[in-house]
Amino acid sequence: MISALKDKVGQILVPGDEFCCGAEDTISLTAHVQPEKVVCGPGLMRSADRLQVCKSGVLRHKEPNMFWMDSQQKRYVPTKGDAVIGIVTSKSGDIFKVDVGGSEQASLSYLAFEGATKRNRPNVQVGDLVFAHFIVANKDMEPELACIDGSGRANGMGIFGEGGLLFTVSLGLVRRLLAPHSEIRSDLQQLVPCELLVGINGRVWLKSSSTQRTLIIANLLQCCDTMTAPQRRTGGRSALIDCPSQRWRM
Amino acid sequence: MANDVKLSKNLLRMKFMQRGLDAETKQQLEEDHKRIISDEHWYLDLPELKARENLIIEEKSFVPCEDLIYGRMSFQGFNPEVEKLMALMNPKNKEEEEEDLRQMQTDVTDEEMALRYESLIGSIKKKFAKKRQRTSEAEEDLNQNVESNLKRVFLKPQD
Repeated sequence: MISALKDKVGQILVPGDEFCCGAEDTISLTAHVQPEKVVCGPGLMRSADRLQVCKSGVLRHKEPNMFWMDSQQKRYVPTKGDAVIGIVTSKSGDIFKVDVGGSEQASLSYLAFEGATKRNRPNVQVGDLVFAHFIVANKDMEPELACIDGSGRANGMGIFGEGGLLFTVSLGLVRRLLAPHSEIRSDLQQLVPCELLVGINGRVWLKSSSTQRTLIIANLLQCCDTMTAPQRRTGGRSALIDCPSQRWRM
Repeated sequence: MANDVKLSKNLLRMKFMQRGLDAETKQQLEEDHKRIISDEHWYLDLPELKARENLIIEEKSFVPCEDLIYGRMSFQGFNPEVEKLMALMNPKNKEEEEEDLRQMQTDVTDEEMALRYESLIGSIKKKFAKKRQRTSEAEEDLNQNVESNLKRVFLKPQD
């Protein structure tokens, strides 16, 4: 199966494509071969001993045996471990309801903040933005968020968002922004000092020194989905030079 | 007359009746009992499940697949706290680390290090010396010409 998967890496696959396990693999009689495990990422589904494609896109591969579908989508599906930006929509007793852009609102316990105890409640208001990660997320249960890691530290998670701008981009763009050697990120890094918070659910929060700058960068990032690298670079530079605040200063 | 009388099964099954029973009826009773129990047992009419090692592991998140970095970032020193956090949360891969190491090595060369330690030898030596040795060393420094290994004897004070 691994060889069949490797053959298809980089090709476009559609839902319904299948990979069968074992049948075509040759078994050597002399050496005892340890069967290799395959890790199937998002877009690939296991059914019995077959691997089915369930999202259309390009098959990707990472050593040693990790395969997943690189697909473009806008609807976020909660996944365990993902760090997302949510909006608190209601407070009810011990839990907050948080909108993360999924099909259902996620719940966030008041104890899942750094330093929170039964007596010392975190100050969370309806409408606040939270950066949190999923500790429960599956198709049968309500997703649950937490703003602390396993050792009880926040590590940058929690309530945030004073004087910034929240906007949404496609999930593919978010992944491009967070990729280890992201071109968009390095371009942005050279452009202007700013702070960026990216949730895997497609929400991006941005803050820079002035409102104009923030708006320009936000527009630029939203356009990045359809722009080529040179367009992005020239666009970014010219937009910031044409920025009204800059012109007034000149 | 007496032979015609038949005792009910339930009565025969009772403990105090067991002694007087003959082997045949005892066996029959036991069989009946077993059948009743086995009839009451339910089982699933399924083929035996073969526990096979699963070769496919599912991973629903993109984060481990694409090695996505932590979502908070700050550029050009806009928020120093976040920049510290970035360094903490995004562990560098080996190549970058090696580069860093090389840079660190070029910060202070071995020769510089040697020169610096040369001047430190004296003070470090003092640190490990005991108090008496230290004082004697100080005296040595003061009067270097005097032979230090003279035996101390009582000197009669002059009048």
